[in-house]
Amino acid sequence: MIDATDRRIIEALQGGLPLVPAPYAQVADDLGIEEAALLDRLAALKARGVIRRIAAAPNHYKLGMTSNGMTVWDVQDDLIGELGAHIGALPFVTHCYERPRALPDWPYNLFAMVHGSSPDEVEQKRGQIAAILGSACRGSDILYSTRILKKTGLRLKAKG
Amino acid sequence: MTPLDDTDRRLLNRLQEDLPLTPRPYADVAAELGITEQDLLDRLARMKADRVITRFGPFFDAAAMGGDFCLCAMAVPEAAFETVLTKVNAHPEVAHNYERMHRLNMWFVLATETPEAITATADAIEREAGLTVHRFPKLQEFFIGFRVAA
Repeated sequence: MIDATDRRIIEALQGGLPLVPAPYAQVADDLGIEEAALLDRLAALKARGVIRRIAAAPNHYKLGMTSNGMTVWDVQDDLIGELGAHIGALPFVTHCYERPRALPDWPYNLFAMVHGSSPDEVEQKRGQIAAILGSACRGSDILYSTRILKKTGLRLKAKG
Repeated sequence: MTPLDDTDRRLLNRLQEDLPLTPRPYADVAAELGITEQDLLDRLARMKADRVITRFGPFFDAAAMGGDFCLCAMAVPEAAFETVLTKVNAHPEVAHNYERMHRLNMWFVLATETPEAITATADAIEREAGLTVHRFPKLQEFFIGFRVAA
């Protein structure tokens, strides 16, 4: 769990890190704490996995990756760990998860995001995944994204 | 938008990995890439302004804070799409939302501070939209990453 100071730090950083030479000093100053104390707190939050990394979120559309397909697969349960790891390691797969099926409408339990500069490129990559899954896969589909409707990341609610 | 040059691409790849917890983190990364701190800051500011980078900062894991994430999907009739979208996006728990070409055409991620809030939020959206919210929590994660050709 996080304490009140951690919470203030997370609130201060959820919009992003300032683009100034000493960003942590600026945030610490805003919070009225020492820079060293902030860095210790951030290191502890990272060690606990609350912060995964401090990094850039790229916009695939703007990078020419205009075809974005969520490929979904119905993979034999006893093989999903091994095959999922294999698919997740492919350089063109950005996110790969096992998720529950929603039968009867949704038989798919493996989700792999594939990005490409054209639908042909995405289809070709989808074919590579299909070849790896082979007979362990009983069905698949691809859902192309047509619009980003919202992208804000986690927002903490103000606590009264 | 300014086209990305090779340095922008190298920077973008590097910045998807972790920024160090040091007093001058941008200077440290700039030194790794053989550019100046000011050049790095200028490029990062430009890529943010051009929306090549949608956000720069810590990635939080709601689950590690005692909260949770859940991918959800709905089959929204085309005529009601914008109305439903407004209702869904009004929830601060909706972290991302994408339109996709499928019968299930609205896919969003809930990020909440407690596991119970996933159910509460998804239920609230179901009531407001009058549509089933299919819930696909992750059971296992295999990889996260993305590289542009440098």
